[in-house]
Amino acid sequence: MAQSRYELNKNLAQMLKGGVIMDVTTPEQAKIAENAGACAVMALERIPADIRAAGGVSRMSDPKMIRGIQETVSIPVMAKVRIGHFAEAQILQAIEIDYIDESEVLSPADDVYHIDKTKFEVPFVCGAKDLGEALRRIAEGASMIRTKGEPGTGDVVQAVRHMRMMASEIRRIAGLAEDELYEAAKQMQVPFELLQYVHNNRRLPVVNFAAGGIATPADAALMMQLGAEGVFVGSGIFKSGNPAKRAAAIVQAVTNYNDAELLAKLSEDLGEAMVGINEQEIELLMAERGK
Amino acid sequence: MRIGVLALQGAFAEHEAMLQTLGADCFEIRKPADIKGQPMDGFVIPGGESTVMTKLLHGLGLFELLQGKIAGGLPVFGTCAGLILLAKHVQGGITCFPCMDITVRRNAYGRQLGSFETTALFTGLGEVPTVFIRGPYIECAGENVQVLAYVDGNIVAARQENILVTAFHPELKQDVRIHRFFLDIVNKYKKEKEKPQSRCG
Repeated sequence: MAQSRYELNKNLAQMLKGGVIMDVTTPEQAKIAENAGACAVMALERIPADIRAAGGVSRMSDPKMIRGIQETVSIPVMAKVRIGHFAEAQILQAIEIDYIDESEVLSPADDVYHIDKTKFEVPFVCGAKDLGEALRRIAEGASMIRTKGEPGTGDVVQAVRHMRMMASEIRRIAGLAEDELYEAAKQMQVPFELLQYVHNNRRLPVVNFAAGGIATPADAALMMQLGAEGVFVGSGIFKSGNPAKRAAAIVQAVTNYNDAELLAKLSEDLGEAMVGINEQEIELLMAERGK
Repeated sequence: MRIGVLALQGAFAEHEAMLQTLGADCFEIRKPADIKGQPMDGFVIPGGESTVMTKLLHGLGLFELLQGKIAGGLPVFGTCAGLILLAKHVQGGITCFPCMDITVRRNAYGRQLGSFETTALFTGLGEVPTVFIRGPYIECAGENVQVLAYVDGNIVAARQENILVTAFHPELKQDVRIHRFFLDIVNKYKKEKEKPQSRCG
């Protein structure tokens, strides 16, 4: 991938900032998401809560289903591939997907290597629990990062943990002396140049979203105040009582994440939230997939 | 000079950074209280998703306030999604502030694989870098619209009185000339606005 293509792919993530990316499984859901103000949709056959419930091997979605969603909406369409499954990524590139999510929500295809994303023209977003993971994914060619959270649970605790960890590590790196960066890069197993960028700019070199367990306008506001530049909402919308209303409320909450009065209004009468599972009740920790 | 930047969604921080390097004061517009009673000499609509911004302008009660200001002659600079929001006619989308006599095609270059960077001759400024991210272009422009730049024969920058639009993203590059061009429009507007007041006073 040429440097200019990588810049264009990072630029698309910049255009998504301050927005909400919603998981959808049908063209009808995609339309609801677009009308509610989603800045992009993630097309997948089953939302994470159902993937978790169904168990078994979870794979890339049917390209025909993804095409159906591409034809229905005018906003960017993303889709997931298994960690390390570069053939699935080639297929999504062939149908001109706008962003590929190399995702721990699906069953990993490779337990050692992630996809060499520099070989692709389409952009990739990857999950990261901490700064080291984020910079390793960026070194592999990711042009956007998200927290891993714990998809499909409706429990925001892991997304919070990952976002705080990222912010705290960025502060630590920013405070190091120049000559301490070499050792830090070695310890964190990341390229020196990327760590130097973090040291100089006090931020990741790409856009960073929150993902996993976000189910309410308050969850979205919490993640934004913790430093997320936008949010992914998976099961939280279409597993709730009134998806259109909840989706629109979360979109407004992400824009006005500091306005508690408005957030109070947005949180009213949203109907049933997704039930959710507590972190301690989970048997499968998806966030532990791929490091 | 106080420039309001629409901060509902998208790349608004990039515009603010660029305007601040040129000495302008920027403030973010997210709700009516941000503009009511606040002096504003210019208004920027950034890139992002035009569907999201249109939805939020209405949902947050900002639409009529801002439409009134634009109709009153306030200088406006719209990039990419911002251009779409200002167009009278939109192919493949809905209109928002239909105040500029142009017909725009949304996602005119296709999906992300169609995004590209090139340069264009910008009237009065010379060659400028142009980054298109799932960008639009202007299919046709009315007689009162001054075309400022073309890429591949399509109109990608234009001006109608105090409204300036680009289909590309000058805020993503280091070149500040188009933002300075906008601030010149703002300056002129501000001086003219203050003239009659000083005569009366």
